[in-house]
Amino acid sequence: MPLRFELTADPIDPAVLRERIEDLDCGAAVIFEGRVRRHNRGRSVDHIVYEAFASVAVPEGLAVAEETARLHDVTRVLIVHRIGKVVLGELAVWVGVTSIHRDLAFQACAFAIASLKARVPIWKHEHYADGGPEWLHPLP
Amino acid sequence: MIEVEVRYFASMRNPGGPERERVALADADARVLYEQLRARFGWKFDSHAIRLAVNGRMVAWEHPLAEDDEIAFLPPFSGG
Repeated sequence: MPLRFELTADPIDPAVLRERIEDLDCGAAVIFEGRVRRHNRGRSVDHIVYEAFASVAVPEGLAVAEETARLHDVTRVLIVHRIGKVVLGELAVWVGVTSIHRDLAFQACAFAIASLKARVPIWKHEHYADGGPEWLHPLP
Repeated sequence: MIEVEVRYFASMRNPGGPERERVALADADARVLYEQLRARFGWKFDSHAIRLAVNGRMVAWEHPLAEDDEIAFLPPFSGG
């Protein structure tokens, strides 16, 4: 499992994913957990429904993992993204990387999540406590 | 005249509208198809903000369209 990208409709269990990037040759593991937060742009968020174009998102997400490994010299990259309804406090995305040294691992993890957000066709449909939902389409 | 299948994602899909449909077009040009659908649905994005996917791959706008291609116009992503 050195390089993986997965979409899941089930809740993300970080303990299970942490075990999957175990590598005794590596001194550093850096993990990013993206969660659904209570407020966005001044509105009270109830939950988010994530939609993915899976047949494009999966190979593109794997390409992000491969590029992360190639550019930042890490041994394992695992990225898991939720689809469907995700409620407050739940994990929407989990990124874990391992490397020999911490500097490489920090850089790799930041690169992986930034690349995912820019390149992988996934969208948030944000649902609010006060009114109808909105699709989020941030312009670069 | 060719016919392609268009898939709609996120805000590009009308609420309650189809997720995919067959569309006939006279010109096998993705930009022409985009503007045709934009006029129909009132999409707010200029084509430069949109990524084009043909048959499950993101490609350049110059990619020529062919009969039965599966086309998707992807609005800015917001995963993560």
